[in-house]
Amino acid sequence: MAIVVDRPKLKWWEHLYLPALAKGLRITLGHFFKMLRGNTKVTMQYPEEKWDANLPDHYRGAPALVTDEQERERCVACQLCEFICPPRAITIKPEEIPSDDKWAKVEKRPKVFDIDMIRCIYCGFCEEVCPEQAIYLRKDYAITGTSREEMVHDKEKLYEIGGVRVGLVNKWNALK
Amino acid sequence: MDWYIILAATIKIVVFVFLVTLPLVAMSVWAERRVSAAIQDRVGPNRVGPAGLLQPVADGIKFLLKEDFTPNHVRKTYYWLAPALTMIPSLLTCAVIPFGSKLFGEKMVIADLDVGPLFVFAVASLTVYGIVLAGWASNSKYPFLGSVRSTSQMISYEISLGLSIVPLLMIYGELNLGHIVMEQAQNGWALLPLWGDGLSIKGWLLSIPLFISFVVFTTSMFAETNRLPFDLPECETELVAGYHTEYSSMKFALFFLGEYAAMIIGSGLAVTLFFGGWSLPFGWLTPESVDAEVPFWHGLIHLGAFFAKVILFILFFIAVRWTLPRFRYDQLMRLGWVVFFELALANVILTALLLMWLK
Amino acid sequence: MTFFFFIFAALTLMGGIGVVVNRNPVSSAFSMIISFLGLAALFIQLDAYLVGILQILVYAGAIMVLFLFIIMLLDIPKAEKKRFPVFTLGASIVVVVSFATLMITVITRSDIGSAKLPPIEPVKGTGSSDVHQIGELLFSTYWFPIQVVAVLLLVSTVGVVVLSKRELK
Repeated sequence: MAIVVDRPKLKWWEHLYLPALAKGLRITLGHFFKMLRGNTKVTMQYPEEKWDANLPDHYRGAPALVTDEQERERCVACQLCEFICPPRAITIKPEEIPSDDKWAKVEKRPKVFDIDMIRCIYCGFCEEVCPEQAIYLRKDYAITGTSREEMVHDKEKLYEIGGVRVGLVNKWNALK
Repeated sequence: MDWYIILAATIKIVVFVFLVTLPLVAMSVWAERRVSAAIQDRVGPNRVGPAGLLQPVADGIKFLLKEDFTPNHVRKTYYWLAPALTMIPSLLTCAVIPFGSKLFGEKMVIADLDVGPLFVFAVASLTVYGIVLAGWASNSKYPFLGSVRSTSQMISYEISLGLSIVPLLMIYGELNLGHIVMEQAQNGWALLPLWGDGLSIKGWLLSIPLFISFVVFTTSMFAETNRLPFDLPECETELVAGYHTEYSSMKFALFFLGEYAAMIIGSGLAVTLFFGGWSLPFGWLTPESVDAEVPFWHGLIHLGAFFAKVILFILFFIAVRWTLPRFRYDQLMRLGWVVFFELALANVILTALLLMWLK
Repeated sequence: MTFFFFIFAALTLMGGIGVVVNRNPVSSAFSMIISFLGLAALFIQLDAYLVGILQILVYAGAIMVLFLFIIMLLDIPKAEKKRFPVFTLGASIVVVVSFATLMITVITRSDIGSAKLPPIEPVKGTGSSDVHQIGELLFSTYWFPIQVVAVLLLVSTVGVVVLSKRELK
């Protein structure tokens, strides 16, 4: 049922509009002078002050590849992340690991692993889908560049951001 | 001594218009952004220069370097003419505002006319052409609606604006802004009759109609300069950006600066008419007459007093903008025609009766 | 000063020609504004500040805005070329010829240059400015015509209200 809200009946001094103006000015000027006195908590001065220390554990920043404690790249080029990626930001070209290599038993590794950071939406599906726990979303958020080429993270850059992840991190443990 | 007059006038024009008013326009844009930020608990532009003071310079460079795009469907001549037509009248009105008493034996007013306020209204009424032509030449619906709104708004409020200062002119019996200021310097400001002849029952009684005319004048000034709460010609929520939707780069900047220049001149006129112009309160450092010589440092103090008052008034403009919501269009028209027009007329009669009674 | 006179006189005349020549109604209205501004400048050169300012305030600032407003709202198309405007042409020839005859007669008969205008006496008991003098004259010598004009304006205003409201019934 519709509720009819009656317009409030204004007193004559409320019709004058000036008292309301004075009231409004008191509020805005109150904020103004509070700011002048420095009593207002204001937004952060970004490049100088950063929020980094307070980022939550589940923060989803730039995705990056990691190596394990033996310097082996964990990615086996299964291409699941490339498949799941909603904006198709990931491009993987797999290659075979030659038989004389130390890690020949792993068989496959990415030859090319590009993430287009203009496309990436930081959804974290790649991290979730990875069976080898090779790709993680790190806490880097200021991904900038002056050209489109610069914004494509190649394999080298991804390992640089990702670094080494030691030990088996079973991400499903918490859910069990 | 023709060349001397011309030289003095040229120097005054260059200094007051290009070295004072235009930088003041730029600074008021900066002040608007900082004050609005402070009111809304933000910081505002504080990067360029100390406390962001050079922000207007950066803005200007940005405007100059942006692409000056002329859409294909516009009427070219008027499209190019319109921004200039908003800016030029605003600056022309500087001519009759007394900025100070005297400096180097020269009156600190560019043209000492006997029709000061009328001149300001006449020239300011020409700013509407810039907006009308911008809306019409843009050949698209939002600018057109904006310009139609602004035309009717400006015509409506011009009437109450003109009528509102009639009581003041009746009381001072003068149309020369310099004489009005001198009168107020000696006998109390229009809204603060606390010294000289103003300190009497007559002065206090007369300050009632003067207060009414101040309210009407200031509100009409808001409407004339298209400032909130009366900024319906550009009303973002309804008309995109109103009459300057199709403009970019420096042409847009000219509209923007024209609005602020009009605001500064409006403040200057309000200060001159109601707050004693360049004079200090309580008759301090007041020269004996309009033509009396003034010591150099008194002249400087008078200039400073004028600009201090103007800046305070601009801050009032800004604070009101960030306090009040926008009027609805029918409310705006009703306020102009039904309330202010009658109020200003009644005020004229009230002043006449008071003057007759107190004579 | 003569230099400025010629500049503003040329401006006024060019504006006047523009009103007639332009096919676009907005351009015509705009030329008319220019013409009014030039005229106001000519008044100001004659030290008639009040008349000049009122010329701008009333004609250029208010009336022409309304004109422009109406023209824009109606969105009149450009004047179309008709077949051969015999009547218009005939009428304009008659007007031009009679005006020229009038001007020639006046100029040849008058003694421009040699005649001296009588000096204008300032009205008694007023200040020096023309505002005071015009005000004094309007409200003393010419008070009756002023009242008549005011009544006339009132009548026309009431008439407009009646005419515009009649359709609503």
